[in-house]
Amino acid sequence: MSDACDLCLRRAYLIGRLAASIAGLLDRPRRRAAGLLALPEEDLIGAVGGEGADEGRLFLDAFDPLAARELLTEASVQAVCRHAAAYPESLLALGDPPAVLFMAGACRDLARLGPEPAAVALVGTRNPSPYGLEMAYELGRGLGAAGVTVISGLALGIDAAAHRGCVDAGGPAVAVLAGGPDVPYPRSNRRLYERIRAGGVIVSEMPPGQRAYRWSFPARNRIMAGLASITVVVEAADPSGSLITSVFAGDLGRTVAAVPGRVTSRCSAGSNRLLGDGARMVTCAQDLLDELYGVGWQGPGPAALPPGVQARADRSGGEGLGPLEVRVLDALEAGLGIDGVCAHSGLPAREARALLSRLEASGHLRRDGLGAYRRTAAFR
Amino acid sequence: MLASVATFGLEGVDAREITVEVDVRRGLPAFTIVGLPDVAVRESRERVRAALLNSSLEFPLSRLTANLAPAWVRKAGPGFDLALAVCVLAASGQVPSGRLESTAVCGELSLSGEVRPVRGALAVALAARQAGYGRLIVPVDNAPEAALAEGLEVLGLSSIGRIVDLLHDRRAAEPVHASEADEAPLATPDLADVRGQADAKRALEIAAAGGHNLLMVGPPGAGKTMIARRMPGILPPPAFEEAIEITRIRSVAGLGGRLARERPFRAPHHTVSAQGLVGGGSHPRPGEITLAHRGVLFLDELAEFSRAALEALRQPLEDGFVAITRGQRSLVFPSQTTLLAACNPCSCGLVPAQCECSATERARYRRRLSGPLLDRIDLVCQVSPPLALQLVGRESPAEGSAEVRERVVAARQRQLRRLAGCPVLSNGGMDGRMTRRHAVLRGSAVQRMMDVVGSGGLTGRGHDRVLRLARTIADLAGRAEIHSDDLDEALGYRLGTVGEAAA
Repeated sequence: MSDACDLCLRRAYLIGRLAASIAGLLDRPRRRAAGLLALPEEDLIGAVGGEGADEGRLFLDAFDPLAARELLTEASVQAVCRHAAAYPESLLALGDPPAVLFMAGACRDLARLGPEPAAVALVGTRNPSPYGLEMAYELGRGLGAAGVTVISGLALGIDAAAHRGCVDAGGPAVAVLAGGPDVPYPRSNRRLYERIRAGGVIVSEMPPGQRAYRWSFPARNRIMAGLASITVVVEAADPSGSLITSVFAGDLGRTVAAVPGRVTSRCSAGSNRLLGDGARMVTCAQDLLDELYGVGWQGPGPAALPPGVQARADRSGGEGLGPLEVRVLDALEAGLGIDGVCAHSGLPAREARALLSRLEASGHLRRDGLGAYRRTAAFR
Repeated sequence: MLASVATFGLEGVDAREITVEVDVRRGLPAFTIVGLPDVAVRESRERVRAALLNSSLEFPLSRLTANLAPAWVRKAGPGFDLALAVCVLAASGQVPSGRLESTAVCGELSLSGEVRPVRGALAVALAARQAGYGRLIVPVDNAPEAALAEGLEVLGLSSIGRIVDLLHDRRAAEPVHASEADEAPLATPDLADVRGQADAKRALEIAAAGGHNLLMVGPPGAGKTMIARRMPGILPPPAFEEAIEITRIRSVAGLGGRLARERPFRAPHHTVSAQGLVGGGSHPRPGEITLAHRGVLFLDELAEFSRAALEALRQPLEDGFVAITRGQRSLVFPSQTTLLAACNPCSCGLVPAQCECSATERARYRRRLSGPLLDRIDLVCQVSPPLALQLVGRESPAEGSAEVRERVVAARQRQLRRLAGCPVLSNGGMDGRMTRRHAVLRGSAVQRMMDVVGSGGLTGRGHDRVLRLARTIADLAGRAEIHSDDLDEALGYRLGTVGEAAA
């Protein structure tokens, strides 16, 4: 079922058809496609010029809205144009709002996706540090558990971790793709794509089947910034593509936030600079809930959380930990390794291991691919 | 005139009986060897001729044909020299051939007529005993080793002249004593030398007690290799039969023939080929995993080994033997070994405080480790550089290998009693059915396990692995039942999953 008028649909498909020519036009990937995408159809075709223009004119004449609608149904994708009631109002603030949002997933009204209408964009580098991943996951989980929609781009690294956190908590997740909504990109996040499609929404301004071009990533970023009331840069180098989203959010007058990182870490240079420029500092999901709803708001009560997460959400930071556990966690935090844990706690090695595995069960610790323990961001 | 002498040729780590026949006939002087000899065997014509002439014996000026039977087996190496020479002497009537019945001969000749040592004398002696020979003539240097095969008269002779004397009863051979184990103090390093590393030592002890494969993860210089080298010292000393197996393999590989007192420790470099690791070659030779039979195979820098080499290890680790087929024959090498492996936490190899590797880079490094091989690893421990205090400070002396070994031996005996009648000797070798039978959880441990499995933190295979490990930990503590703390500790040693939440 679609909720888009013929003209908007034609325009959306035109952009898809011209995507390759637009790629040639925007020689530098960072250059904003905003001006171009705001042009009326004739001017857009004129701007493209050459063979692409002829192709575009032919396409405009031959466009068959009925056939396009059938294709949408076939791909199980819904279209919502900017004249429809379900079109997110927050997107209209953009200078060049997409004519049509193509959506695949549980719901076509983004405002009704989760229990809360608010949405937060979590973005960041595709090449994060373990710390950045941990924070992205934890922010996604905290927001998801509170019923707040988490928007991200399904990219590797921070994006995927934020999505995963939100989906794990049973929260509403929105993935904005640079290609068609029925094309999982990158392929390695295919399973995550399916999970989001099952419980959340996949959004794109590109028609189904469309591949992504370099220019469509910054174009996608403007949609993320437009949909979200807060844009959080979890971890970004400087310069970095993920900072573009924060620029869009700033231009729209939305709140820009960032997670502080280690000063010596190149992964955090961009996000730390944002903080210096006045971005809101975020250390946990509650900071974002405070910003959205006022201090102390905790969400509509425990959402449908998986059992393990439920148990963790019930406890608050530091509680239930004896002095021994605290010393053990501190030693791990200081990077002393398990021998440091033994030395600081006075435990023999076998009891230290047992204690660590209990702390893992309670969600204070997590293990990486080679078995090393790392403190989670869950109880800070 | 015709004569025949029994000898043995090496085939893998076993010896095969070979009959040498020599026919002396009138005709143009010639010496032909048939029966698929390789170059070294064909060259033995020259050694035999020179050795006989230099020992004041006669080399018949006739047409000589030697056959090595069975004729379809390829023969390699110089070990047939002595048998050929004796056979030529018997065929030409220089020694009484009746004296050669129920006697096997094995050895290499020098041109002067001296008998030189060969590889694999113990394997030859064991095969000769099994084939029903009462007497074995070997080079004098190999005699103590060959005499380890009890119930066989071993004669160690130094030259072809002495053998002729012996066969003519002109001079009796001196009695040979079986090789004694080296009485010199063992060179195995002691666990007491390792400062700190309480966690890695504990993991090593569990690995030794249950025959579990262990992966140590830590930055370079943290002491992974140092710890690994101490593994043989805490394993139970080999029983006599095990020592014979170890010695036989070592001797075949040319690594000396003294009776082994310690279990082998093999640490091949990471450039080793798949053949070097599991054995092979046109005349198949045992690989590192067979040389580590009944001992420890240590793979340092696991991520640097070629994928082919690591994949080749899977089946031998699983089955305890390597089957190698080359051309027309198929050989079986034993490979019951405990795998110790070490790798860095990430590709930069820096200590965690200095490491700048991104999560993606870490995941990429982790993926270089063969998944199926990691599946065979029960324990993963972290080795961090020792704390300054432990390195410099005057710590109370650490526990020595001897004390740890006592606990390991006790735990192994407990397992042997429980596993009586099963083909496996330790918890690490238990399959799924045995695990369910012998590693049963009770009480609070059941709930704990259900929580872990329920939260998706453990696969079916991982579940069995944790149970086996918990069983060993309980055995070390002398407990009949698996305590909840044992399970907690076992859960602490499993491998994390790639790609969950982080990555």
